[in-house]
Amino acid sequence: MGMVAAAIRAVLLFLALGLPARAQDHVVNIYNWTDYIDPAVLTAFTRETGISVRYDVFDSLETLEAKLLAGHSGYDVVLPSNEPTMSRLIRAGALATIDRSKVPNWKNLDTALMKRVESSDPGNKHGAIYLWGSIGLGLNADRLRALLPDAPLDSWALLLDPVLARQVAPCGIVMMDSAIDVIPSVLHYLGRSPDSAAPADLDAVSKTLMAIRPYIREFASGGALEAMATGQVCLAFDYSGDVIQASNRAREAANGITIRYTAPKEGAEIGFDMLAIPSDAQHKDEALAFINYVLRPEVMARITDATHYANAVPATRALVRPELLNDPNVFPTDTEMERFFTIGPSAQPADRLRTRLWARFKAGG
Amino acid sequence: MRWVIGLPALWLLVLLAAPLAIIAVIALAVPADGIPPYDLGFSLDNLWLVATDPLYRDALLRSLRVAGISTLICLLMGFPMALAISRAAPRWQNALLLAVMLPFWTGFLMRINAWIGILADDGLIARLLGTRLLYTDAAMYIGIVYTYLPFMVLPIYARLSRLDPALMEAAADLGAPPWRVFVRIILPLSLPGVAAGVALVFVPAIGEYVIPALLGGPQAQLIGKVLWDEFFANRDWPTASAVAVWLLLVLVVVPGSIVRVIRWLRRAHAVSGANRRAVLGSTASLCGFSAISIFLSVLRA
Repeated sequence: MGMVAAAIRAVLLFLALGLPARAQDHVVNIYNWTDYIDPAVLTAFTRETGISVRYDVFDSLETLEAKLLAGHSGYDVVLPSNEPTMSRLIRAGALATIDRSKVPNWKNLDTALMKRVESSDPGNKHGAIYLWGSIGLGLNADRLRALLPDAPLDSWALLLDPVLARQVAPCGIVMMDSAIDVIPSVLHYLGRSPDSAAPADLDAVSKTLMAIRPYIREFASGGALEAMATGQVCLAFDYSGDVIQASNRAREAANGITIRYTAPKEGAEIGFDMLAIPSDAQHKDEALAFINYVLRPEVMARITDATHYANAVPATRALVRPELLNDPNVFPTDTEMERFFTIGPSAQPADRLRTRLWARFKAGG
Repeated sequence: MRWVIGLPALWLLVLLAAPLAIIAVIALAVPADGIPPYDLGFSLDNLWLVATDPLYRDALLRSLRVAGISTLICLLMGFPMALAISRAAPRWQNALLLAVMLPFWTGFLMRINAWIGILADDGLIARLLGTRLLYTDAAMYIGIVYTYLPFMVLPIYARLSRLDPALMEAAADLGAPPWRVFVRIILPLSLPGVAAGVALVFVPAIGEYVIPALLGGPQAQLIGKVLWDEFFANRDWPTASAVAVWLLLVLVVVPGSIVRVIRWLRRAHAVSGANRRAVLGSTASLCGFSAISIFLSVLRA
């Protein structure tokens, strides 16, 4: 009889495990970019609230979006960028509205920055800013100057002017493999609207990119951090935080390589990554508790310290490491903020045109 | 015992017909903002776009070429290997077969990552040859041939090991030189194994996404990548499904024509009908297998 009882117990246990996680389970499933948090924050959150964290990472917005659009992703907190992903997810009804009464730390958010993301999320109903940064150039200035003594290290021309690109090509140019991140910057550099999907504008982008195609050594998905830190390349089109992390890794490795980030003078795109909750999340209360926890100044300061991205909680300024606070590439000054641009929502025909353009650009013909 | 026959039919229905029907329905839908991101309808635009836009045609032709070249290399390497194993002393055969299958003991991604290390700029082969290999077509072919070679060797070996040695001896006794024995006896009798090997390599190689993405260069715009882009970058499930439908048509037509050729060859050599049925059966199940793998590659992520 003992065996029968054990078998029944095993079956019951199996059934219990197989049941979908219920709302009263104290757990929160988080889906974030790689290298985009201080892991100690997660353990501290669990210690304080008793809510355990299941943490998963994505390396492209497309993966995040595809999972959420398929439905029942199983995640409770996701971190889409404001454009293009979050605005599309809102239009698709994939994000829940946030109950601010359960997020008292919402008051810590910078109202001016939150206003900037209202173009993607009117009324800031669906998300709070997590971190933000710009898209620009990562440079190995020493090696660039050795090749080209009067290289314009503060300009997109260094990459997008084929004459200059040809001269710096020998030490390695890497481009992030992301149509949605590169094309708006090129449009802006060409003096056109960064959101444009007009054939004439995209044609101009295509001509510009094709002219520099022979000089691009590599297309990096998920950033060019490693290639820069080890000195394999000396010019990269990349996210600000990636370049700054690469710069730190090179410094730690003491390999004689100095990397720095430039938001080019012609203007750089800024992007905001948002804390949001899928509309079919199973643990909304836990998700709200996590968002509330992260918006605490001392917690957010640790996240900025670890990731080298700026946050939208002004009270962290007194807490983050001074070298980050004083780095205009992390926290831009007000005049620099004027140079930055944001992009608006994009429609599907535009996406298709851009993807085509990008595929042809990568194929080189 | 009727139900025993019913089981495979049910299996086909659940795992083959239903997913295909879903893909066909989505291919006729219209993309929209929502969960899932399409509105059901009856629009032939997606199928028409994929059929007429040179992007898809070029990617498909390139995929067919890559799969064809890879299959040829696998055949040229795999046939002698299979022949050698089938001729080896019986006590060696198992060890040699094990060696062919041994790579499967390690995870696929791990093996491809090992190749990245070998082919990288500071890796073994690049240093020996002094050329850049990683992120080139050559690296992609190395990866595909490496991965699929066992699928060529095993069916050919299975066929060759069952050949009656008396046939070869008789041919030799009647004065045929070894090359003639090979061309007239061994090669024709091995064709069912070759056909199975070719289909096992060619069909999955067409839709291969991971190896070109990890080892190939950015110029390698293959149909698997195009499908990925439609699904992820453009969030256009209907067009992605339309690509899958066309790909499936091509994949069914190609093995179908292989069967035709084999049938024709076998008629020319007048071998028994039982073997022919075996070929037809195995190729039909390959078509089913490939259809399922395409469906999985569409919906996996």
